[in-house]
Amino acid sequence: MTKDMMPSFNLFQPADVESAVSLLSDAGENGWAMAGGQDSLDWFKDRIKRPTTVVDLSGITSLVGISETTDGVEIGALTTLTDVENNPIIKEKYGLLSMAASRVASPQIRNKGTLGGNISQDARCWYYRSGLDCYRAGGNTCYADTPEGMNREHCLFGASRCVAVTPSDTAVAIVSLEASMVIQGPNGERVVAAEDYFIGPAIDITHMTALKPGEVLTAIRIPAKWAGAKFYFEKVADRNTWDFPLVNIASAIQMSGDTIEDIRLTCGAVECVPKRLNVVEDIVRGSAANEETAELGAGAASRGASPLNYNHFKIPLMENLVKRAIRG
Amino acid sequence: MQKKFSSDRYDPLGSDRDALSRRHFIKGVIAAGTVAGAAGLMTSCSDGSDNSEGAPAAGSVERLVSINVNGNVRRVDVMPNETLAQTLRNKLSLTGTKLGCDRGSCGACTVMIDGVTQNSCSVLTHTVRDASVVTVEGVGGANGEIHPVQQAMIEELAPQCGYCTPGQVVSGVALLQRNPNPTREEVRQALAGNLCRCGAYNNYVNAIVKAAGSA
Repeated sequence: MTKDMMPSFNLFQPADVESAVSLLSDAGENGWAMAGGQDSLDWFKDRIKRPTTVVDLSGITSLVGISETTDGVEIGALTTLTDVENNPIIKEKYGLLSMAASRVASPQIRNKGTLGGNISQDARCWYYRSGLDCYRAGGNTCYADTPEGMNREHCLFGASRCVAVTPSDTAVAIVSLEASMVIQGPNGERVVAAEDYFIGPAIDITHMTALKPGEVLTAIRIPAKWAGAKFYFEKVADRNTWDFPLVNIASAIQMSGDTIEDIRLTCGAVECVPKRLNVVEDIVRGSAANEETAELGAGAASRGASPLNYNHFKIPLMENLVKRAIRG
Repeated sequence: MQKKFSSDRYDPLGSDRDALSRRHFIKGVIAAGTVAGAAGLMTSCSDGSDNSEGAPAAGSVERLVSINVNGNVRRVDVMPNETLAQTLRNKLSLTGTKLGCDRGSCGACTVMIDGVTQNSCSVLTHTVRDASVVTVEGVGGANGEIHPVQQAMIEELAPQCGYCTPGQVVSGVALLQRNPNPTREEVRQALAGNLCRCGAYNNYVNAIVKAAGSA
C-alpha cells in the first residue's frame, strides 16, 4: 500500500444540494459525490477510481439531521452513523436502525461515515476493488466465480455474471423498516422505495444503487408504521470490529399477543441487494413466535440458494439467523 | 598514520571524529531524505493529475486555509487531495499522529475533530477548515504535563512498540471527555477502532479504566 498523495482532483464544497447536483451533472463521468469520504478516499488512494471533480457534500447542512414528520422520521443522508445510533427518536422507535448503525466498522469511521454513504457504498469484492477488469468494472469476466476464486464472502442468490454482495449493515435495516429514499437530481426530486433503491447485476452490473450520474441521495424516510415494533438485528463477521458482514439479518415484527401479525425480514451479504425474505414472511405471518415457526421459516429462507465453492457455510448461517430473528 | 580514536570498534567513517561525527552524518542523511521525500509529496500533486489544464477549476477550494489545531489557528497551504494526517505530519510537524495503514483500518492516525475521534488519514484537510482538531500533542496540560490517560498507560505497561499508542491515547481521552465513568465494556468499544499489533489490548483497557478512576 502506498502512503503518498492520492492523485489530484478539483475539490468543490457546495453549500446547497442544487449546486452539488449542477456540479455533478456538469462533471458527468468524471464527477464523484463524496459524503463522509470513508470509502471514497480509499478508491482514490488505490488509483482505482480517478475522478477529476470531487464534490464534497459534507458542507450541505440541510442534509444533516434527524427530524420527526407527520408520518415517521426523516434522516438526512449526511447524518453520521454515530448520530443515527445515538439519536433518541431512532433509539426509542426505530431501534433496528440504531442497532445496525452501531455495528458498522469502527468508532472512528462511524463518527465520520454517513448513513447515506453506508447505504450506497460499492461492492466489496476484492477482485473488483483491486482494479481488475471484471464485469462490474466494465470488463468481461468474473474472477470470484471460478474454481479457484476466493468467493467465501460472495453471494448465494441472484448471481448474474457478478457474484458480489451488498456489504451494508444499515441497508438491511432500512429495507425492513420499509423506508423510502429521497433523491435529488437535475430534473428535480424523486422518491423510491428502499427495496427499489438497490440494483442487482442483472439490471445494472456497474451500479449498486438507482442513483444516476448527477443525482444525490438527500434523505431516508422511515414510516411510523413500524415504530416500536419488535426488532432483531444480528451481524456475523470474522472480526467484531471494522469488518463487513458474512451474513446479517434485520427483522421488524408486529406482535399481537404471541402471534406474529406482520413481519418484514431482510438478509444482507447473501445477494447483491439486501434480500427481502418474502417467502419466510408469508410462512410465519399469523403463527406464534415459537421454535416450531422459526424452524419452518428457516427451512424456507435458503430455498433457491446456489452457493459458490467456498461459501456453502452461508446457508446454515443464514437459516440460523432467520430462526433467531423469528424467535426474537 | 596514527588513529585518533581510542576505541577499537569498527568505524566506517574512518578517521576524523571531531570533524564529522557519525551522529552528525546520520542526522544529515535524515534531513536530506526528508526534503527529498517532501518534494516528492508536493510535486505528485501536479504530476499525478489527469487534468490537462493544470490550474484548478473555478469554484474549487482555495489552497491557503486556517485550521484550528490544539487550540492554535494555523495558516497552511493545503492541496485539495491532501489528508489531515499529511497536513499534520508533513506541514505542521505534528508527527505524534502516526500513519499505519492509511486506509482507515488501524486507528494509528486517530485525532479528535470537534471532540469526536476520526481517522485523520481518511479526512480531507479541506473538510475540517471550520473544525477544531486535537492531536496527541494537544491532550496534555499547558505546561507539558501528560494526561492521566497517558500516565495510566505508562503504569499499566500498555505501549510495547508504541506505534498505535498516540491513537489509543486520543481514543481514550475522547471517551473520558464524553463519559468520565465508563464501564470496562464501554472502554473496549471505544478502543475497538485501534489496532495493536503487539496485542496489548488488555493493558490499554486497564489503563483507561485506571485513568477514569483517578481523573
